[in-house]
Amino acid sequence: MSAADVLAIFSGALTTLLMAGAGILLGLPLGLGLALVRWANTPLATQCAAVYVSLLRATPLVTLVLLLFFALPNIGIPVGPVSAGVLALTLNTSAFNCEVWRAALMDLPKDQIEAAKSVGMRRGMRLRRIVLPQIARVSLPGLISEMSLLIKVTPVLAVVGVVDITRAAVRIGAETYEPLPPFFVALAIYLPMVFALVSLQRWLERRQTRIDAPA
Amino acid sequence: MIHGFAIVWAERGLMLSGLANTVLLSALAGLCALVLGALLSTLLIRPRGVVQIATRVFVDAMRCTPFLLFAYIIYYGLPTLGIRLDNWSAGLISLAIYHMAYMGELLRAAWAAQPRDPIEAGQAFGFSGLSLFRRIVLPPLVLTSAPVVGNQVIQVIKDSAFLTIIALPELTHAASSIQSRHYIPFAAFISAVLLYWMLCLVIEAGVSSIGRMAQARR
Repeated sequence: MSAADVLAIFSGALTTLLMAGAGILLGLPLGLGLALVRWANTPLATQCAAVYVSLLRATPLVTLVLLLFFALPNIGIPVGPVSAGVLALTLNTSAFNCEVWRAALMDLPKDQIEAAKSVGMRRGMRLRRIVLPQIARVSLPGLISEMSLLIKVTPVLAVVGVVDITRAAVRIGAETYEPLPPFFVALAIYLPMVFALVSLQRWLERRQTRIDAPA
Repeated sequence: MIHGFAIVWAERGLMLSGLANTVLLSALAGLCALVLGALLSTLLIRPRGVVQIATRVFVDAMRCTPFLLFAYIIYYGLPTLGIRLDNWSAGLISLAIYHMAYMGELLRAAWAAQPRDPIEAGQAFGFSGLSLFRRIVLPPLVLTSAPVVGNQVIQVIKDSAFLTIIALPELTHAASSIQSRHYIPFAAFISAVLLYWMLCLVIEAGVSSIGRMAQARR
């Protein structure tokens, strides 16, 4: 394995990071929207969101990305490997994020909303000033844990031709007939990436229990 | 679109054999992972020492590794060390070992959350060894860890789909081959997704019935 090969794996790392980042950035607000829809208890919309979440949580990412990549062009939406991959990651992570946000919303004390109403805050302002800051703090560890899960499923996007860390490593292994060294380089990139997120999540959880303890 | 589903129905033999393989693979891997994970959790709760630290490092490393990369190391990497595996055994082994780490960690957490008093009371009543474990320790441990174990089994099912990449003939692979033969991507993959959904709903129903049992015992 040459230096150029290691470089190729690192350029795969850039792809992995960019796609996972895009999935996270799009999935976070989408998940929040879904959670708010389920929280608001509007007939039909709530049920639709619940079915969406249940279905997406049960769908393996590989099946989802194959579905999007092959079926979307059929109905006239052109997608490439990268856009299909990002879309699949977004849909997948939004379902899991929704559950994290929803758990925080369920735990939000009702008197907070009532107090906000009593001082005449409108719906949008209540959401922005009262609800969001509180649920964001509570949800953060869960959301970060979901991000680390997301990074761990990105290698699957190779099935539609995205060249990420794992795909680059497989290619080099096939060319050099020495699959183990590139796999270990790939592993050496994933481990710190995921471990950093996991450590961040643990640190946040510890800090929050410390802050919540005296109250 | 109706036409597409008609073709999937005509190919139901292939789809069902894929489903059967997914169920078989996940059940075997899940069971192995649970048993091995239980053994692993006994190492994790040991007092600090070489064995405990080594197990901890193994579990944490596994939890930071993408499953597909691990499956590749088993399937493509091991042959260069002289261990040759077909795609079935490679898939099964990688699923079992990978999820063993997760099972070990969540069983350790379930164990740590157990109250100690019933065990001491059991000892006071003369239970010891295997009968203490079977009658006093195990029942509440099974009831409290059922939901997380159920979630992990769902994860095993979803990870088993990744093995389509090493050409294991499971459900996604079946949908893929129907798709490429007839060019009906929507019908083929939606059918697969619905079957996965059904599997997960069955597991969730099982877990919630165990939860109701736990409620009834209280």
